Amino acid sequence: MFNNKVYHKIDALSGSIATLRAEGVKYGEVAEVESRAGTSLAQVIKLDGPNVTLQIFAGARGVDTAAKVRFLGETMKIPFSQDLLGRAFTGAGVPRDGGPAITENPSPIGQPSVNPARRIMPHRMVKTNIPMIDLFNSLVVSQKLPIFARAGEPYNELLARIALQADSDVIIIGGMGLKYDEYLKFRSTLDKSGALAKTVMFVHTAADPTVECMLVPDVSLAVAEKFALEGKDVLVLLTDMTSFADAMKEIAITMEQIPSNRGYPGDLYSQLASRYEKAVDFDGAGSITILAVTTMPGDDVTHPVPDNTGYITEGQFYLRNGRIEPFGSLSRLKQQVNKGNPNDPDNKTRKDHRTIMDAMIKLYAQYKETIEKQSMGFRMSDWDQKLLKYGALFEKEMMDLSVNIDLIDALDLGWKILAECFDRGEVGIPSKMTDEFWPKN
Amino acid sequence: MTTTGKIVTVNGNMITVAFDGAVAQNEVGYAVLGGKRLMAEIVRVRGRRCDMQVFEATTDLMVDDTVEFTGELLAAELGPGMLAQVYDGLQNPLAELAKEAAKISKDAGYFLQRGMYLPGLPRDRKWDFHPTAKVGERVSAGEAVGWVSEGIFDNKTMPGHKIMVPFALKGVYTIKSLAPAGDYTVTEDIATLTDANGNDVKMQMMQRWPVKVPIKCFTERLEPTETLETTVRTIDTFFPVAVGGTYCIPGPFGAGKTVLSQTTARYSKVDIVISAACGERAGEVVETLKEFPEITDPKTGQSLMKRTIIICNTSSMPVASREASVYTAVTLAEYFRQQGLNVLVLADSTSRWAQAMRELSGRLEEIPGEEAFPAYLESRIAAFYERAGRVRLKDGSTGSVTIGGTVSPAGGNFDEPVTQATLKVVGGFHGLSRARSDARRYPAIDPLDSWSHYNSVIEQAKVEKARAILRKGNEVGQMMKVVGEEGTSLADFTTYLKAEFLDAVYLQQNAFSESDATTPVERQKVMFDVVEKALLTEYAISEKPAMRKFFMDLQQTFIDWNDKKFRSDEFNAIQTTLVKKIEEAAHV
Repeated sequence: MFNNKVYHKIDALSGSIATLRAEGVKYGEVAEVESRAGTSLAQVIKLDGPNVTLQIFAGARGVDTAAKVRFLGETMKIPFSQDLLGRAFTGAGVPRDGGPAITENPSPIGQPSVNPARRIMPHRMVKTNIPMIDLFNSLVVSQKLPIFARAGEPYNELLARIALQADSDVIIIGGMGLKYDEYLKFRSTLDKSGALAKTVMFVHTAADPTVECMLVPDVSLAVAEKFALEGKDVLVLLTDMTSFADAMKEIAITMEQIPSNRGYPGDLYSQLASRYEKAVDFDGAGSITILAVTTMPGDDVTHPVPDNTGYITEGQFYLRNGRIEPFGSLSRLKQQVNKGNPNDPDNKTRKDHRTIMDAMIKLYAQYKETIEKQSMGFRMSDWDQKLLKYGALFEKEMMDLSVNIDLIDALDLGWKILAECFDRGEVGIPSKMTDEFWPKN
Repeated sequence: MTTTGKIVTVNGNMITVAFDGAVAQNEVGYAVLGGKRLMAEIVRVRGRRCDMQVFEATTDLMVDDTVEFTGELLAAELGPGMLAQVYDGLQNPLAELAKEAAKISKDAGYFLQRGMYLPGLPRDRKWDFHPTAKVGERVSAGEAVGWVSEGIFDNKTMPGHKIMVPFALKGVYTIKSLAPAGDYTVTEDIATLTDANGNDVKMQMMQRWPVKVPIKCFTERLEPTETLETTVRTIDTFFPVAVGGTYCIPGPFGAGKTVLSQTTARYSKVDIVISAACGERAGEVVETLKEFPEITDPKTGQSLMKRTIIICNTSSMPVASREASVYTAVTLAEYFRQQGLNVLVLADSTSRWAQAMRELSGRLEEIPGEEAFPAYLESRIAAFYERAGRVRLKDGSTGSVTIGGTVSPAGGNFDEPVTQATLKVVGGFHGLSRARSDARRYPAIDPLDSWSHYNSVIEQAKVEKARAILRKGNEVGQMMKVVGEEGTSLADFTTYLKAEFLDAVYLQQNAFSESDATTPVERQKVMFDVVEKALLTEYAISEKPAMRKFFMDLQQTFIDWNDKKFRSDEFNAIQTTLVKKIEEAAHV
């Protein structure tokens, strides 16, 4: 039942939303809107008797009430082929780099959820050579992890660096509300390292229509899913998910939905989750790993976007003052890969990994308390002095983001720092571990 | 003749349907989409139109599409074949769905296909029925007529899986005929029952029950007095849960809610665990899925999965079936309670369930309450937790449903509506604190804010003494931040160290260490005695650094002790050492 009737009368226009009377329209189908403003795709987001509500991708600005609306009878699709690699597109799939359009093999976006029974346990570590990640919060294939940062933090640099150093087959970058120069910087960084050839970019810049911003995660993840089903390990880098949520807010308010918290729609959690949950390690095919920057307005983690995100993702990295914060930062899946069992074929670490990880963080927490006491002018006890020395060393040799060392070296470094500052009875590590690993001299 | 209707509006997962004939609130209907039928439930009726929440994506539905009503409420299938299953919120077995979907194509097998539903109980499997009732016997709903063996419920390790008179039957029936011992499927007739008026009813091993209605085939509800052994020290000793009780675990993200409920699912001393992953991460379900079959249940010596059912409606699965999933979980639990078993339901997370209600309410354009949650939020939460309880069954035995729900408050702020509504109706509150989890003090149950109305495994007076030291120690700690160590008296400083010691060696427990992850009550008692001794002793140490050193050393030894197998030679040796250390440092 293909409906190719053309409609010429739009009854209402508001924001990027248009309403018209039409028949035989499917919920979710795509339409083409041709007007003075040009031609744009649109999607059906509500059916109410004869009234059809459309969300126009390019926005409704300049769309006239006599615009031509043609329903295409199918949902939003994105072409898929190996030719996508090395290319950059808009959120609606239009080339952004001046290259030819790709039309092959169109596949629907926003497909159903993966059956949990067909997932496998995450068990492969993604090495980044950043000790704050590898040692303290290991990244794992199929993990979904946000990077919480305040505006102005070097999150895109961190994202780019992880992209370069992680050994994924395909990298997909989904940019939402990016400044144009940030997009160019991503491109040039990846180009210089040669990683561009395995990268696909879907970028919405701050100047583009809002609706396209909302499409970026779906389009990026639909393409990622295709590559993953072909057996590829795909790393999806999204930045910035707060822009995505704000775009949703804008649409929801235009649709006169009842807002739940600070104007965001009530289904914010479900909407974010349906994207993040695309992260998967397929039983018998490839995988999708998602790292997504979420900027925190006002550096407030209880803001609805980072808050809902935190409940969805498998941990989070906090980027603060250009460093990954050890407190709050958490990779929930690290337990899967930091056992250090030498019989495990995927093992990339050593059996003292967890011990060092826990002990160093506990001591660093005590160091922070000591700093507080010191700033209030209290006398420092011997123990405080030890902690102060430790904290300074830890920040310099472990936390600095420019530290680029292998995980095993990072473990050795950890023991060295502990031994430099403490006696072995003071670090809260079971004796059988200190017997084996405590530096001898 | 069944009622049918036509779609009038489609808005997200909500459709409005104009119908002819009669429909009931919460009745199930199917929207017909080509060859597929999408399940939906009536949530509001207005005149000749009803609003329905669809348990699937509504993409491609059109105005004037047909809806077929079933005349039934959303129901679960109850009978043999549920254990070790992994269901979605509507009781579709996920592994079977994957097999079925894979028939479409290899890639399709990875995804949940829309409109694909499979029976909750396997239809082709035969069960060895052993009749226990006699022809001519008088029975009523919930009474057993026989049993089958299913997994650990084989009448040896555990009692057999009882086949009960359907809960929906009212009044007393006489058994007219009963199938002989033999193998039957769940849909074959195994008995004919005659009611007082002489009407015959055939019964099968499977029965259906509407999930949103509590099962009430028992004689009385009992007070939950017995402690449920979770083997988590801070819970069993300080914030206990009762068999048949309710508790909640609110906490900000990353505070360890999920690890805590997984630990509880593993080590709790109950007969059956039903884990409802409601709107949470799929990855965590996979962990349970893959790990549980490998873990041995200390009680039966068999795989843990054999006592487990997983209801899994993860965050990316349709939101309406998320709303249904907690009801499905508790209905299955009540079924096993009727067998005289102790069942633990873990709902992770009830906030997602509440959000599902909020989404639904928003689409219905109801007048919103606080934070846009519907006004009936509190009564729904209360009604859910009220389905917990310990009951005396008709045969005199007892069974119980214990409900533990995690809450994910927005921003980690417990003042939000879901946490507050939950706190009013539960018997235990395990509040997780960000400060503790940041300091890696797991489980991050706040020892000062949390509470429980149930009985501890340790004598109450002793627990109170320890709690007082924790509280005082915390006060001193706060004070020390202002006046410093030098401004604190030795006595106060010692209290502070004692509180820290109690925290480090007893409250904190490493869920990822083999020996420390689970501490049975017997061991908790031994441990607590030593801790208590350390806390109540007056020490003859006159300098603060020496005092700190003493407690650090004691703590180190204690942590080594936690690593040892209970009652091993090493364990006993360290116990003696600990006691000696404390006594040597004591005032004489």
